[in-house]
Amino acid sequence: MVQKLDTLVESPSQTAGPYVHIGCMPTYAGNAGAYDIEIGESPIAEGAKGEVIEITGEVFDGTGWALRDAMLESWQPDAAGLFPGQDGADPKVSGFCRFAADSESGKFTLRTVKPGAVKARGGAMQAPHISLWIVARGINIGLQTRIYFEDEDNSADPLLNRIEQGNRVETLIAKKTGDGQYTFNVVLQGDRETVFLDI
Amino acid sequence: MSDHNDLGPLIPRNRAVHPPAYDIDYKTSVPRSPRWSLLSLDSGPSEETGPTFGHDVLGEWDNNLIMNWTRGKAPAVGERILVHGRVLDENARPVPNALVEIWQANAGGRYRHKKDTYFAPLDPNFGGCGRTITDENGFYEFLTIRPGAYPWPNRGNDWRPMHIHFSIFGHSFGQRLISQMYFEGDPLIYRCPIAATVKDRSQLDTLVAPLDMAKARPMDFLAYKFDIVLRGRRQTMFENKLEGM
Ligand SMILES: [Fe+2]
Repeated sequence: MVQKLDTLVESPSQTAGPYVHIGCMPTYAGNAGAYDIEIGESPIAEGAKGEVIEITGEVFDGTGWALRDAMLESWQPDAAGLFPGQDGADPKVSGFCRFAADSESGKFTLRTVKPGAVKARGGAMQAPHISLWIVARGINIGLQTRIYFEDEDNSADPLLNRIEQGNRVETLIAKKTGDGQYTFNVVLQGDRETVFLDI
Repeated sequence: MSDHNDLGPLIPRNRAVHPPAYDIDYKTSVPRSPRWSLLSLDSGPSEETGPTFGHDVLGEWDNNLIMNWTRGKAPAVGERILVHGRVLDENARPVPNALVEIWQANAGGRYRHKKDTYFAPLDPNFGGCGRTITDENGFYEFLTIRPGAYPWPNRGNDWRPMHIHFSIFGHSFGQRLISQMYFEGDPLIYRCPIAATVKDRSQLDTLVAPLDMAKARPMDFLAYKFDIVLRGRRQTMFENKLEGM
């Protein structure tokens, strides 16, 4: 026998299931009024500094079918690269949003401000990005990924540079489709599978 | 944030305790499971920071699922239970101010969701969601009814054991976790392909809440205890500090 560690083991994940919206987005589930205030309705308030952008997309399964029951969460700093709670952070940016694939079309929309750049641990500058977390029926543990932007300099980003296959880097980069408009699709499986993170 | 607030990187996830993405017995996971490996990296500010939720978002009835759908007017049907426990991190420290959200079927196994068409009836007095924030020692409590088991389309005759879905926010976005709580003694747990996505029986058992008569209130409700462990932070004297934090 050896000594016992003082640490605990993380609780195992279980799928969010098809009814995750009941608990997290009651209005979307058809239960408006369950809570007076739902959390994560918008990552920004009126008057947030920076460029307001809209990111639209779909979450595709391995057959190319768009999920109608996915729930997504995003987390990001403000336009200056400061997270809520840090000194000088924009009080109009909560940084957190909860949104869902549409139950008819499968499309999602995230309206936010474009985030500023933030240094990684150790000091290397990262390109601007939004952290994304995806859950749904059939996803056994929430999938982590990031949204980068086509019109930013991503060449020195430490995370993107860790992806061995250059052709997979683009799965993390939102395409600009118009003024303040971007498209970002998540592909759960297959040839153009999104790079998911263990971070 | 200044240097002394840098609590160190998140402890890398031990993926062996979690379900694999692909499990042929849980059929929906087959087309929804990534095939490529995850990209593993040390956490940084994007993962170590996270949204904070205050008591100001909570309503008076939010942690009482027996009464919250009717705002105190009429109780839901079912076996009255208290679900309580602690949110801790891997370093065995309590996680205060964690947002705990739950959702569940009613006593007949029916969800109040536009897509649930199971013929067990809706309970007009039961909504099926609740939320609370842990106290300074990581404790939380809900009053609810025990959810019913329900059938679901998977293999020929699969039933979900009685369960409550849990969503937990610690202090870091990288700690984000959704799981399910099962009930001690339910014979359906070990027949359920979703429960069986957790491959290690001892890990699955950490999702099974024991009956806790010390918290049960005579002539009122039974109690079940359910502790949750979130990822912790690695603190050694040899970490790279975050610059500018
Ligand atoms: Fe369920």
